Amino acid sequence: MITPTHYMLLSAALFMIGVIGVMVRRNIIIIFMSIELILNAVNINLVAFSAQLHHQIGQVFAIFVIAVAAAEAAVGLGIILSFYRNKETVNIDEMNLMRW
Amino acid sequence: MGQAIAFYTLAAFILGFAIMVVSTRNTVHSVLFLVLNFLFVAALYVLLGADFLAVIQVLVYAGGIVVLYLFVVMLVNLKRAPEAHEDPHRRTTLGFGLGVAVLLELGVIGAYTSTQVPAPVAANAAMPMAGNTEQVGWLLYTSYLIPFEIASMLLLVAMIGAIVLAKREL
Repeated sequence: MITPTHYMLLSAALFMIGVIGVMVRRNIIIIFMSIELILNAVNINLVAFSAQLHHQIGQVFAIFVIAVAAAEAAVGLGIILSFYRNKETVNIDEMNLMRW
Repeated sequence: MGQAIAFYTLAAFILGFAIMVVSTRNTVHSVLFLVLNFLFVAALYVLLGADFLAVIQVLVYAGGIVVLYLFVVMLVNLKRAPEAHEDPHRRTTLGFGLGVAVLLELGVIGAYTSTQVPAPVAANAAMPMAGNTEQVGWLLYTSYLIPFEIASMLLLVAMIGAIVLAKREL
């Protein structure tokens, strides 16, 4: 019997893979992909509880999360492109222009 | 029983492809593993009875966002990968440690809150139709009409912002 706890464990594991990707990798494109993994983990949780409670509100919120993820990807990749045009790199360690 | 087998298979594929996304050296391979990961998450949504969301996942994530990533990876010349040169100030172990700390926090929160699973509530009595897509659409256009319009506004602003950011000169 698959309970919502199973889905929560899967979601937590996916979330942690995303967090480790954000913290360990230096390629900013892969960091953005890790953020997409994190958002997917959240969506799995929402849909699992939507199925458990027999109500579609969780799926509606997952659709909103997907819309925000699409917006975030578009703006973030635009920032990456303009940054690459200026500094010829996608290494996150060299993005220290505004660091105090 | 069949549901358990399907869940464990899909979970293994999802986690395996997620690890490949994070750990592969080649960025193009990483994007392709991300597509596979999204497709298996869509299959998980089908298993959960969220058909409409599975279609949205395939169309928007696997079809739209990932193509955007592929274009950027191919526009950006990565002859020398960022991981190629060593940085003495970089602490990878610290990153793993912080990730494990996040997992522990999640575990503590889960242990304190998930002891009782909420009972299934009755389906929304006011919902006049059956079928997943119809119900989601009904909710989106009645109770959640204002957030829906705000989401469309957000997408418009993000589109304009992406054009402004990526254009060479205005």
